[in-house]
Amino acid sequence: MLDEKVFYPGKLDIAWCPGCGNYGILRVLQKALAELDIDPHNLVMVSGIGQAAKLPHYFNCHYFNGLHGRALPAAFAISAVNPNLTVIAESGDGDMYGEGGNHFMHTIRRNPNITNIVHNNMVYGLTKGQASPTSRRGFKTPVQPAGVINEPFNPLAVAIALDASFVARTFIGEAERTKEILKQAIRHPGYALVDILQPCVTFNKVNTYQWFKESTYWLEDHNPLDRRAAFSRAIEESEGGKLPLGIFYINPNKVPYNQAAGIYETDTRPLFQRSVDLEKLRGLLQSYKE
Amino acid sequence: MNTEHKDYSVVLVGPAGMGIQTVEQALVKILKSAGYHIFATKEYMSRVRGGMNSTSLRVGSVPVSAPVERIDLLLALAPGGVSHVSERISPTTIILGEKEQFEQEIPAGIRTIDISFEQIASAIGNKLYSNTVAVGLLGAVFHVEGATLEDFVQKRFAGKEQKIVEENKKAIRAGFEQGLRLVQSGLLDIRLQPDSRVKNQIVMEGIEAVGFGALAGGCNFIGAYPMSPSTGLLTFLAKHGKRFGVVVEQAEDEIAAINMALGAWYAGARGIASTSGGGFALMTEGFSLAGMLESPLVIHLAQRPGPATGLPTRTEQADLDLALYAGHGEFPRAILAPGNLQQAFELTRHAFDLADQFQVPVFVLTDQYLADTYYNTEPFDLSDVRVNHHFVETQEGYLRFALTESGLSPRGIPGLGRGLVAVDSDEHDEFGRITEDLNLRTKMVEKRRSKEKFLIEQAIAPMVRPAPKKEHLVICWGSTLPIVQEALEVLGREDVGLVHFPQVFPLHPSTAAILAPARTRICLEGNAGGQFARLLKAYADVEITHRILKYNGAAFTVEEVVRRLKEILK
Repeated sequence: MLDEKVFYPGKLDIAWCPGCGNYGILRVLQKALAELDIDPHNLVMVSGIGQAAKLPHYFNCHYFNGLHGRALPAAFAISAVNPNLTVIAESGDGDMYGEGGNHFMHTIRRNPNITNIVHNNMVYGLTKGQASPTSRRGFKTPVQPAGVINEPFNPLAVAIALDASFVARTFIGEAERTKEILKQAIRHPGYALVDILQPCVTFNKVNTYQWFKESTYWLEDHNPLDRRAAFSRAIEESEGGKLPLGIFYINPNKVPYNQAAGIYETDTRPLFQRSVDLEKLRGLLQSYKE
Repeated sequence: MNTEHKDYSVVLVGPAGMGIQTVEQALVKILKSAGYHIFATKEYMSRVRGGMNSTSLRVGSVPVSAPVERIDLLLALAPGGVSHVSERISPTTIILGEKEQFEQEIPAGIRTIDISFEQIASAIGNKLYSNTVAVGLLGAVFHVEGATLEDFVQKRFAGKEQKIVEENKKAIRAGFEQGLRLVQSGLLDIRLQPDSRVKNQIVMEGIEAVGFGALAGGCNFIGAYPMSPSTGLLTFLAKHGKRFGVVVEQAEDEIAAINMALGAWYAGARGIASTSGGGFALMTEGFSLAGMLESPLVIHLAQRPGPATGLPTRTEQADLDLALYAGHGEFPRAILAPGNLQQAFELTRHAFDLADQFQVPVFVLTDQYLADTYYNTEPFDLSDVRVNHHFVETQEGYLRFALTESGLSPRGIPGLGRGLVAVDSDEHDEFGRITEDLNLRTKMVEKRRSKEKFLIEQAIAPMVRPAPKKEHLVICWGSTLPIVQEALEVLGREDVGLVHFPQVFPLHPSTAAILAPARTRICLEGNAGGQFARLLKAYADVEITHRILKYNGAAFTVEEVVRRLKEILK
């Protein structure tokens, strides 16, 4: 087991508000990776835009902090061209589910070997408090002064509907259990979604630590291999219940992208170590003479 | 029929779904194997069935690589076929088709040979065999051996049901016999000298040449969303990719495609994002990211007429401005625009090296005309194919955006060395962390912009066919090269030179010196705004005196260029 300090980047000016749930996610993720013995030199964090998306800057590892909503396509490609890397795509609910909604859907379909961590605080923090795709109905903001009228996006139900290979939700107030779920997600071969509920202490005065504590409970006696049961747990809140936490769904039979694409069948080296096969190229050119 | 021709122009017209393109592919191979120079280009409607499509072939005893208006032999495979190309019919045209079907369409005085491809095909078993009958007929007309034709069918339909193979053989034989009848009766007297050089040449479409260049350039990742006319590259790499270790992913949209390509380069692969104008419009966000990350990137942009969805299956050269000004902020880029198959191969290959070496995005700007055009050419030179990666093994304390004298920071990749590779879309420090230090911002802007000088140093010089000084120059770029070349041969004037730009941005430093002494500078391009002429003014301070522009969706033809040059050079 590594010392989690290997992931500490040294003294930095952190852009998060005091008390922000992002700090908890940062620490828990560092612990989880240390316990999994993941070398920072083999870890790539990919993020988009937003407060959550700054997390890689506060991490000692490789990172690709790209565009708003576009973390998943980049993360997919990084994992596809170098399977030796541990790839974590990490960002907020606005980034992953709003701007990047289409990529969220199609990355699940691709099933690359990446872990997708979403900081879900049900608000846009960086732009100072507008509704996010996961904001609850009635949530009032300067842009939704009469309260949100749209149905909140349900990432778990969508992921299970798309037969994502690993789907979990947790709450950052429960650090130890969150860490264990993250470890399982990172170890999981194929795409793994971990939606982490976290409060935005500045712009969301409704969904606070207290609110998450009262509005969530941990799944007990749930079989994550049962997709129908998983789906019905995922929609409990919209049916008037609380938000369950835990691992909702695992499909152990799904083939990860790199395996399905056959790129590493006969040659396990990452693509940067390979070169053009001149003989094959000559052969192909020859076929154009006929 | 005129037997003086060095080449014959044969046009086939039929509705979409009828297999005109299959005929084109078959004839290209058969006539090439018979030792003729061959050129084929198609025009088609944006629909799967119906409408009217045509393919134009030139069969030559000399190299042919440009479209002509002239039709020597027109095979009309369905009603409407003659009217579809009526503007190209002249008294020297011979129409082959079922007279009854075309009565209304055939202009007075045009020679017609009554043949019902459909009836012959139906008698064999299915009117769908009309295509095969046409191939057989043309084979005979061009003196190809019957056995060669049957061999072709055997190979072409290998793996299909025996019945289908047999019926197609019957169809090609029936067509062949019809053709022989026309030759023996003297109705068609075509004499072309085969050229022994052709045998060892290759024949391929423009888009395949781009694909070949990509493979030779070490491309091992493509992210693309299908869009005419770029799709052929995705198809090519999908077909051959697994053998060459290429990750081929059909993205959910163009935005994903370009971000994938950037992710691929970041992790040490050589990625290409391939699309057309409308798709690239979506990619501009990711294009700007390439600028900020100082990431290498190759973009294949196959132009078609816009704006918006435009004419999806037609051609234009109107996305030069888009490529030139795409992306917000200021950062360098290179735009390569191949003029022929050799350049499509060479420049695509070069694009990967250029992008890798200077950590900039590079365009391969093609168009529908180039993508969908075939002809025979010398095999590509693979003798010096070798991928020189420009990434480095990193050390502890590595800085991805180190401020160096040259402006180039050594590029590390994750998993190679003890350094950490951090890239960020925000303004960043040398490590790659977000910064709002305005002094550093100034340095980073200058660092990114400073790479422009390398691109200028490495710029490919324009190809010049000299004319005596102070006379006339025809200036063109991209796919119009062979068309202008042939037009100038036809024009036959010693005082007219040609300057072709295979790289349109940044311009080669010699540009002004080459162009300035001419008395007239005629810029020919396939757009309405004279985009390259503007670019020459803006970046080389060269005034264009005359413009030849075309923007109806069709490629220039040799005759048209000759006519328009004559108007200018009275």
